[in-house]
Amino acid sequence: MPVQLPISLSSAIEMLANTPNAQLLSGGTDFMVEVNFNHRHPEHVIGLRNVKELQQWSINSETSTVYIGASVPYSTMETGELAAALPALAQAARTVGSPQIRAAGTLGGNLGTCSPAGDSLPVLSALDATVHLASVDGERNVPFNEFMVGPKRNSRLPHELVSGVTIPMSTGFQGYAKVGVRNAMVISVASVCLALHNDAVSVALGSVGPTILRCPEAEQWFNDLGAQQLTDSIATEFGARVSAESRPIDDHRSTAEYRRHAVGVLATRLLQRGYAQ
Amino acid sequence: MSESENYALAVNGEVREVKDAWLGESLLYVLRERLGLPGSKGACEQGECGSCTVFMNGNAVCSCLVMAASAVGSEIATVEGLNPDGTLTDVQEAFVSEGAVQCGFCTPGLVMAVHHLLEENPDPSEHAVKEALSGNICRCTGYGRIFAAVDAVVSVRKEMSR
Ligand SMILES: Cc1cc2nc3c(=O)[nH]c(=O)nc-3n(C[C@H](O)[C@H](O)[C@H](O)COP(=O)(O)OP(=O)(O)OC[C@H]3O[C@@H](n4cnc5c(N)ncnc54)[C@H](O)[C@@H]3O)c2cc1C
Ligand code: FES
Ligand code: FES
Repeated sequence: MPVQLPISLSSAIEMLANTPNAQLLSGGTDFMVEVNFNHRHPEHVIGLRNVKELQQWSINSETSTVYIGASVPYSTMETGELAAALPALAQAARTVGSPQIRAAGTLGGNLGTCSPAGDSLPVLSALDATVHLASVDGERNVPFNEFMVGPKRNSRLPHELVSGVTIPMSTGFQGYAKVGVRNAMVISVASVCLALHNDAVSVALGSVGPTILRCPEAEQWFNDLGAQQLTDSIATEFGARVSAESRPIDDHRSTAEYRRHAVGVLATRLLQRGYAQ
Repeated sequence: MSESENYALAVNGEVREVKDAWLGESLLYVLRERLGLPGSKGACEQGECGSCTVFMNGNAVCSCLVMAASAVGSEIATVEGLNPDGTLTDVQEAFVSEGAVQCGFCTPGLVMAVHHLLEENPDPSEHAVKEALSGNICRCTGYGRIFAAVDAVVSVRKEMSR
C-alpha cells in the first residue's frame, strides 16, 4: 500500500523503518506544491494526519515550557492558550500564508522543509527550543540550533520523524516581526524573533543566511551593558550590530543590502517594544 | 510510476470510490476529474488563490494541496454539498444580489470561505472579514462587492435570529 495512514506514533515509526524510501506527509502545503509541479515523485507516502500523539500540545508551568506536537496546525497557535504562552510563535503563525494554509500547515512540516524563510524557525531558535525526533531506536532530542544545518537541510535521519518541539517560555517580552512585499500570503524577505529572558536578550534572524542565525555578538554586547533603561541610541546600536551579524544574499525576492538593513530595523523595533511593555 | 490506488472518500456525506488513481493526485483533481464534482476550481495549484477551497473535517483548506489518497477517513465537503438540493445558500444568493460575481471563477472558493468564516464568527469586523478572505484571490471585482455580500448575509442572519 503506497499511501499509509498510521493512527499511532508507534505504527508510524514502524512503517518508516520498514519503508526506507517513504516520504512523510503532514499538511501537504509544501509537499503537494512540489508534487503538483513535478518536482517530487513520491512512491511511498506515510501520511501523519491521523496520528493522535502528534496532534497534542501542552503547557507545563513547572518547567515553564510548552510542548507542541509536529502535526499541530498554525491555526491552533494563533489564538488562545498557546498564543498567550508563546506570543512570538502566535505572531509568526499568523503571518503564514492564508487561513487555508494555516489550517493545514504544521510545525513538523516547517521543520521538515527547513527553509531559511520558515516563519516558525526564528522563534524556535531565539527561544532555544528542542526538536524531538522519534524512530524505532527511540527518541532523540536535538536543540533547534543544531537541527537546522543548511538551507532546506536538517539533521533528521531517514528513519526518524519529527514528533514535536519543546519551547521554553521567556520570563519577559517575546516578539516576531517579518518583512514581505505585502500583508497576506507572503514568504518572508527578512524576519526577526527577539525574546527577553531573565534580563538577557536573545535574537534570531530568518531569510538572511543559509540557516536561521542567532546574533551572539549583539546579544553579548547588549547583555553586558546591563542597561536599566533603553535609550534610542542603544536600540539603534543594537540594530546595527544585528545587521552586522546577518549574512544575506541577493535573490529573486530581495537584495542582500535591503535584507541587512531590514533585520536591523526590525531588531531595534522589537527591542523597543520589549522595553515599552 | 507506482501501482494504482483504490480507495474511498467521504464527500458531501456520501462514500465515493476512487479507482486506479495515481498516489500523487490532489483532492482537487480527484473531485473534478474522477468524482464529477467540478465546483471546486483549479487555478494556481499551489495554495495561493483559494479557488479550490473545500472543508476537510470542518476546516477550510486548499484541495489542491491535499493528497487525495491521504484524505481517506476525513469528512470532505464541497460547494456542491452546501445545499444538496441544488438551491442557493444565503451566501450564494447574496453574492448574486450584491454583484459579487463577475467571471465567477473565484466564486465557489469564496463562498466556501465565507460560510466557514460566518460559522466561526457570525458578526465579523471588517478586519476579520478581510483576514478570513485573504487566501482567496479575485481578479475581477476588486473585492468591494464581495465584502458587501458578506455584510448582507450578516445583517439578514441577525434579523432572522431576532
Ligand atoms: C500559499 C503558501 C503560502 C505559504 N506561506 C508560508 C509562510 O508565510 N511562511 C512559512 O514559513 N511557510 C509558508 N508556506 C510553506 C508551508 O506552508 C510551511 O512550510 C508549512 O509549515 C509546511 O507544513 P506542512 O504540514 O504542510 O508540511 P508538508 O508539506 O506535509 O511537509 C513538508 C516537508 O516536511 C516533511 N515532513 C512533514 N512532516 C514531517 C515530520 N513530522 N517529520 C519530519 N519531516 C516531516 C515532508 O516530507 C516534506 O518534505 C506556504 C505554503 C504555501 C502553499
Ligand atoms: S488552485 Fe488551490 S489554491 Fe489555487
Ligand atoms: S469574479 Fe472573476 S475572479 Fe472573481
